[in-house]
Amino acid sequence: MQLNINGQTHNIDVEPNMPLLWAIREVVGLTGTKYGCGVAQCGACTVYMNGEPVRSCSIPVSAVGAAKITTIESLSKDNSHPVQQAWIALDVPQCGYCQSGQVMAAAALLKRIPKPTDADIDNAMSNICRCGTYQKIRDGIHVASGQKKLAEVLAQYQASPATRG
Amino acid sequence: MTIENTSRRDFIIKGTLVGGGLMLGVGALPEFAFAQAGQYDPNSPTKAGEAEVNAWVSIKPDDTVYVRIARSEMGQGTRTGLAQLVTEELECNWKKVKTQSATPGQSLARKRVWGEHGTGGSRGIRISEDYVRRGAAAARMMLLQAAANQWNVPVNELTVNKGVITHASTGRKTTYGKVAELASTLTPPDPQSITLRDPRDWKVAGQPYARLDTANKVNGTKVYGADLQMPGMLCASVKACPVFGGKLVSYDEAKIKNLRGVKGVVKIDESTVAVVADTWWRANTALNALPIVWDEGKGASVSQGDIDKMLRAGLDEQGDFWQRKVGDAPEVINSSTKKVEAIYYTPFRAHVTMEPMNATVKISGDRAEAWVPTQNGEGSLAALSEATGIPLANCEVYKLDSGCGLGRRGSTQDFTTFAAKVAMKYPGVPVKVLWSREEDLTHDYYHPIAMAKMSAGLDASGNVTGMHIKVAGQSINATLAPAAIKDGKDERQLQGFYEKGPDAQLGYTFPNLLTEYVMKNTHVPVGPWRGVNTNQNGIFMECFMDECAKAAGKDPVKFRQAVMQSHPKHLGVLNAAAQKANWDKPLPAGTFRGVAQFMGYASYSACVAEVSVDGNIVHVKRLVFALNSGHVVNPYLTREQIEGSVAMALGAIFNPEITVENGRIKQQNLDSYPMLKLASTPRIETVLVPTYDFWGGVGEPTICVVGPAVANAVSAAIGRPVRNFPLYKEGLSLA
Repeated sequence: MQLNINGQTHNIDVEPNMPLLWAIREVVGLTGTKYGCGVAQCGACTVYMNGEPVRSCSIPVSAVGAAKITTIESLSKDNSHPVQQAWIALDVPQCGYCQSGQVMAAAALLKRIPKPTDADIDNAMSNICRCGTYQKIRDGIHVASGQKKLAEVLAQYQASPATRG
Repeated sequence: MTIENTSRRDFIIKGTLVGGGLMLGVGALPEFAFAQAGQYDPNSPTKAGEAEVNAWVSIKPDDTVYVRIARSEMGQGTRTGLAQLVTEELECNWKKVKTQSATPGQSLARKRVWGEHGTGGSRGIRISEDYVRRGAAAARMMLLQAAANQWNVPVNELTVNKGVITHASTGRKTTYGKVAELASTLTPPDPQSITLRDPRDWKVAGQPYARLDTANKVNGTKVYGADLQMPGMLCASVKACPVFGGKLVSYDEAKIKNLRGVKGVVKIDESTVAVVADTWWRANTALNALPIVWDEGKGASVSQGDIDKMLRAGLDEQGDFWQRKVGDAPEVINSSTKKVEAIYYTPFRAHVTMEPMNATVKISGDRAEAWVPTQNGEGSLAALSEATGIPLANCEVYKLDSGCGLGRRGSTQDFTTFAAKVAMKYPGVPVKVLWSREEDLTHDYYHPIAMAKMSAGLDASGNVTGMHIKVAGQSINATLAPAAIKDGKDERQLQGFYEKGPDAQLGYTFPNLLTEYVMKNTHVPVGPWRGVNTNQNGIFMECFMDECAKAAGKDPVKFRQAVMQSHPKHLGVLNAAAQKANWDKPLPAGTFRGVAQFMGYASYSACVAEVSVDGNIVHVKRLVFALNSGHVVNPYLTREQIEGSVAMALGAIFNPEITVENGRIKQQNLDSYPMLKLASTPRIETVLVPTYDFWGGVGEPTICVVGPAVANAVSAAIGRPVRNFPLYKEGLSLA
């Protein structure tokens, strides 16, 4: 069986019912894509299948075929994606475990809707975070989409780019 | 500023390459699998030229300063905050600060030089700030003394700024990196003789600095315990008897032993079994296929209705003890002009850390090593030693940053014990034991279930004459620390109602007061859950205060203020939140406010919620918080903790509820135990009002005011009090 992940073809010999998540994590060895629930509820396992965000825990590898899979590791080489930049500038992540999925979901939203409204964000961002980074995720998407300035968002938290060390 | 990871990588590679005989068919192991936040490793070759000035500070010739951190990091920002405190007293260059985690084994070998590792109870900074700051100040003094000795000048003629030491009269300059080695040979000053900087003069601490550890959380390269990959590693999934207290009778290994990748089945203890395989998915798939016979025991006859009935009956019993008795509250209440009474219910709740429980253990001869996402490194070390029988001195724990802690990874170390027991069957091989979400959800140490009967008397003017608080519920100590229950008194369950501070003092003065706790334990294990007992006690007290205010015909804020005059700090946050929320100004039609204040973890919190209710759908529009944590080490990260408390508490008061059916937990995964999502999260505004005269916690205090503030707003909106949590029991749901 072949899997096209991040532009590379991987020849893998696995059971057809192995979920894509576990092929990515344990066979290909890319652990940025996380296991959170295994039942497509939390979104920590979000990857792109032909550019569309999917929950890889609930897709058997046999259903992937020739689809191109993109994981968090290839979103950018150097944290340069606007979502990653905004996430860093605002310290969106707390523990960070769900953030691979959050970043992938946010980047997919911006690709589909470059200037999302709050309602668009509500609809698109269904990933679970238990640390409670939701407000910062919303802020981060607004900054990444250029709809809000970083300084303006930081000011809401009595901070500025200059006071962030 | 980055987290040093080379020593960690070296250390893991060094520790695992030898003896890894069972290579998996997974191809080359990606290097990033080892790139985890730096552990302090005294033997790392990367330490060449690095000088340890003292246990807290180690400096390289290039002026890189390594700050040693003993507390665990799980996203709460303690790593960054402690590094700020050290930088403040050390006067080093923040841009050159890196952190290393002190390991529990090293700490033990050095007579616990790093103190407590446990990171719970919002203690990470407030309990260690003093000795960490003194350690940093001592290091500064030694570095300056070293420069003074080199130049043969009096130390008081030297100044230091960002790690550069200057002797003004001769114009000489040097840096910490250049004198660190000499400094490390000097006799340290007596820490108690050191005068620490007044927090009001802080330059680095107190600033909204960026976290030190964000960059690798946005690109998938941060390695959590669940992600560990090591040469030869085996993986296991565990299953305990679905009914708590039940026993494992038998399993049919033959049915799964030929499944691909399966290595074997391990009986961990009398009620838990593990399947070991080359990958975790194969282990878990085989475990689900393994025929297991359980003796479910007497717990199997218990369902939620039985538990609720027991609790309700408890409300009519006399408390196991009277925690506080001022005057004769029941008598006064009965003879008052008006009597207010309400019964509240709060459920079991699960933690649902995003990263399920896990640990990786490798046993090599008489040595045991564990890689654990833990809130208590020393607890993990003790569990490892106890489970394996290997002496503590031969055990080591490498703490991994946790994918959430929320209280689950501290005082309970079942995940470490399980991994140790499985690894004992595979000597020389690292074994990762990861729990499935289903196992994690159904074998938690749950937030204790509780009910309360609240009674108050009001005089003709609407003043409180007496207050009677009776809580019936499960005891955390009875599950985890029975020795802490002294003479039948388990004060912990009354957190927030305490007469005195500094931890969780009741902010009201009532002329007559009776506080009782009726212990009602179930077979379901309970434990600390972010905010612990302030969660339910905050709801009981603060929802009831609103009911009393309504009965008295008074404004909820003014009604509280009247009984808070002897509690200026409680009152301070109440006023600050009310002011920030414009409490006295009218809201648009259809929007309603609620307020709550409560104390926990030595900090004072208040919240004002704004909601609208559309049919049965509650829209929470805005939450305004005020927090007095005494000092604020990093205001930006403090605000993030408050935002985090909303996710836990707001979700918890609406949907999720853990219930018991035939002795087992009914909710198997997040489809039946839904979590708060972004779309339901209101705008959160925070005003920080530190008074600079105490050290309070930050991670937990505000969680207990979210629920009652929202519930009070909902009650105002619908015109009737809500008392049964989660609020779907009141026919309400969160938009």
